[in-house]
This record gives sequence, C-alpha cells and structure tokens, in this order.
Amino acid sequence: MVWPAIADIVAKVRAGELTASELVERALAAIAEKSDYQAVIAITSERARARAAAIDAAIKNGETVGPLAGVPFIAKDNFLAFGAETTAASNILKGFNAPYQATAINRLEEAGAICVAKANLDAFGHGGSTENSDFMITKNPHDITRVPGGSSGGSAAAVALDMVPFALGTDTGGSSRQPASFSGVVGFKPTYGLISRSGVVAMASSTDTIGTLTRTVDDLAVVVDVMAGKDPLDGTTIDRDVISYTDLPADVTGKKIGVIKEFMAEGVEPGVRAQIEKAVETLKAAGADVVEVSIPSIPLALAVYYIVVPAEISSNLSRYDGQRYAYSTPDAENLEESYTKTRASGFGAEAKRRIMVGTYVLSSGYYDAYYRKAQTVRTKLINEFAEAFQQVDFLVGPTAPTTAFKIGQNTDDPLHMYLADIMTVAQSLVGIPAIVVPAGMSDGLPVGLQIMAPARQDRQLLGIAKATEKLL
Amino acid sequence: MTQLTREDVLKLARLARLDLTDEEVETYRKELSAVLDYVAQLDGVDVAGLEPTSQVTGLKNVMREDKVIDYGMSPHDLLRLAPKSQDGQIKVKRMLG
Repeated sequence: MVWPAIADIVAKVRAGELTASELVERALAAIAEKSDYQAVIAITSERARARAAAIDAAIKNGETVGPLAGVPFIAKDNFLAFGAETTAASNILKGFNAPYQATAINRLEEAGAICVAKANLDAFGHGGSTENSDFMITKNPHDITRVPGGSSGGSAAAVALDMVPFALGTDTGGSSRQPASFSGVVGFKPTYGLISRSGVVAMASSTDTIGTLTRTVDDLAVVVDVMAGKDPLDGTTIDRDVISYTDLPADVTGKKIGVIKEFMAEGVEPGVRAQIEKAVETLKAAGADVVEVSIPSIPLALAVYYIVVPAEISSNLSRYDGQRYAYSTPDAENLEESYTKTRASGFGAEAKRRIMVGTYVLSSGYYDAYYRKAQTVRTKLINEFAEAFQQVDFLVGPTAPTTAFKIGQNTDDPLHMYLADIMTVAQSLVGIPAIVVPAGMSDGLPVGLQIMAPARQDRQLLGIAKATEKLL
Repeated sequence: MTQLTREDVLKLARLARLDLTDEEVETYRKELSAVLDYVAQLDGVDVAGLEPTSQVTGLKNVMREDKVIDYGMSPHDLLRLAPKSQDGQIKVKRMLG
C-alpha cells in the first residue's frame, strides 16, 4: 500500500482521523513484510510505539502537534538515534548504543516524526551499492538481483518499497542521489552546511551532508524545512532560507537550464541518455530556456574526490580504537596491539582501503603532491561551477552513467566501483545542492534526473524539481 | 606507474594502526597502486594562481557560548560504553612491553 502525501497524513492525525500508533504499526508491518530486501538493520519498535502513544495522547488533550506529527521514518544507521544500536553497518561499532541523538533526529522528533528503524548502508558510507555493509546486501526494489545504489541504499529501498513516507540518508559524494536514481525515488543533497551533521557518524567532513529520500518533492520539502538551519553543535551550519522550504516557486517557464556537456559524453548508457534527453525536451517544451554548458574540469572531479575523501576518512576513522566504546578485540597483549588488532578485525575491506589511501596522501613527503594539489583543483571546479551559474539558473544531467548494476558485478575492482560516483562527486566538492527526481525507466530499471542549483538556493532547487516532477 | 612496495604498505599500516595479514598487504599493494595511478591525472593540471579549498561555507571562527549542555547523562553512563572500566576510569591494556 502506498503512503498518502505527508501533508495529508499529518492533517488526518491532527484531525483525529488517524492515529500515530496506527501509522507506526503500518510501517512496522510493511518493514516485516518486505524483510527479504534487507533494507533495514534494526527496528526501533519499542521506542516508536511509546512515542506514538505520547503523540496520540497529546492530540486527545487538544495540544498542538508539529508538522510531522505521527509520520514514521527510517534513518540510515549512521545517525545516532535512541531505540537501537548505531553501527554505521560496521563491525567495529557493533554493540554501540548512542548516548545522545543526532540534531536532525531531534528536530524531526520535535516536529512529531517517529523513527521506526535503522537502514542498511555501505559501512561508514563507503560505497555505492550497500555491498560494503559488514552485515547484509540490500536488494533493489525493482530487481532483486541488482543493488539499490549506495551508500544510502537501505534508505532509498525503504522508501521505494513503501515501508515509510520518508527516510534519512547522508550524501558525501552522491550517497543519497545515486541510490535515489537506482531505486526510483526522490533524493536530495542540500547545500553543504544547511542541515546539521551533529550526531552523524563522520565520513569526510568537508563534503558530508544530510540526505533526504521521499516519493515526492512536496514530501521532501516538509522534511527539509524541519531539519534545515544553524545548529550550535555543528560549527559548519549556515543560515536557512527565511521562507519555508515548502513554499516552492514551481515553474519552469523562462528558467535558464544548462545541460552539463561532460555528463552527456561517452560512457553514459544509451537507455539512461535517452531518458535524460527526453526529460530535457520536456522541460524545453514547458517553456524552459535550455542550453548546453561545459564545466571542463568535471572529468577531474573523481580524482580530486578520491584523494580528499580518503584523507578525511583516515582522520575521522582514527577515533575507532577499541578503548572508549563499541568493539574491542579480546586478544591483545598491550595497548598498541589492542589498537591494531581491533581495527584490523573491526573494519571491513573498503574502510581499510580508504584509511590506507588517506594515510598515504597525507603522509610526510606526499601531502603537497596529493592533498594540497587536489584541494587546489577543487578551487578550479568551484570557479567553473560559479561561471556556469552566471549563464544559467540550474544545471541538469544524469545521476549515474548506468542504471542499477548486478550484485557482485563491481566488487572485484574497487576503482571500477568508484566510477559509479562520477556524476555526483563534483557537486559535493563544490558544496552546491542537487536533487534527483525519477525520469522514467530503462529496461525496467529507474533513471533519475539530477538537477543542481547554486549554493544556498535549495528552495529554488526544490521548486524547479517539483515542476519537473509534475512534467515527467 | 605508481608501484608501491610491500614495505610501503606495511609502513602505512603501521601509521594507520592496522594489523594486516600477508594476503591483505599484497591486495592493498596492488589496489592502492591502481588508485594512485588513477589520481595521478591531476599531476599535469594547471592550477597557477589558485589557492587550495579546505571548506566551502566561507564561515570563519564560529563561536558559541562555552556553557554546559545538559544531555541527561552522567559520566557513569558514558563509562558504561567502554569495553572495560574501573574506579570511574576507562581501563586499557598495559602500554609498555
């Protein structure tokens, strides 16, 4: 059964026509019924039921409830949340019960939303398929022999499977956008800093953002509006729009839209290209002024990303030392051995690979050649995007060169797996917002159109996405 | 072609506090060499006159009041997360020898 629009659910809850408890039970039933897809690592049913009962009691007492009253959601398991362990799908965090919650979760709870489960991911967010989860592989809702995308694959699949009206992901280099494309849902990466990362397991701090996955742009806007804005606990947060993110300028007429030339070059699957070209034609027919735009350094973005991000990962993952929380090896003679053996058995292959790459590019003698050089090419990318946005209001392109690939297809070749990120990493390095909306199917698999806007124009981006969603 | 040696990989593993098996050392030697080869495409890029970017918000010196936030937790609640604790402190293996 498909969930109604979030605004409709909340209106019914407020009117007493639907209870939060009924909604939670419905979500838990859907999760149980579709457990074969392995989208979910843990359910938080006890806490969810208690929160639902409290919301229902408040409504009975005539108290005002928030804009997400009673709406169940699933959080990617790298969000610190009460009610279940927070593992980031890694063995090294197995057994970790968060002592506090992420700001994003707290804000959603204050608005009345109810977390019912934690979603699967590539451990620590390292991957594009959920195959790097230390626990399980999530299956694509459209074809169980294929991946749902990643790293927020569990979150995207959960929404596509109608387990919940929305799910939280994270997006460091495409981790919410690419699974949205592969699973056929709406996925959003905000401007860097718009949504607090406090209480979210850090991957690469200079590009980590909070992603949201929903079925529609309207649903997404309600959720983003609740989470956006400064947080004293995350010094990188920026001011939100003074206007509500649900107040969307949803019109394409007269909007100048640039198709990124480099994203339509060779390497894009014909079926993906066809759907994107069709979407672009539709925008044109609806009155958008469409031009081709070149961002010449885009082909370098992946190389920049795979220096900068492992460097920050190696630093962020140094905290997992087996002494203060979670997993610790029982067989160590001394402290040094406790570190090296805990980390050796607690981290999966991809986390180790990235730690090693990051350690290399940051190590003495190589820093300038790799990290500093990559950060300088990053500036070049930022400048080129800024130039592009002087010519157009929005940029568009595919989200990934392919549709969802087969489970196991890319696991033998890490570098080939990294190529799945080729159309999403540049935006992360530059810090601009990007959204993916479903744009038809290719051979029975979803294709997502990616739309990008200048930094801090998230509301305008959601507006054009809403208009595009209606047209497609 | 970047070709890392076994010793290079072992040195990195030591820096990163990872106890790798012989098999892992060989796997990562090949894989890291391939990744470094891939990123070497930045070598020839002209970046004259450009400064590196380490963060994109433009924010500087973000301050907040230095005050205690009540998380409703005691030090004991946090110590309970540690694999081993004793007398209100985290207990670790001996550091020497």
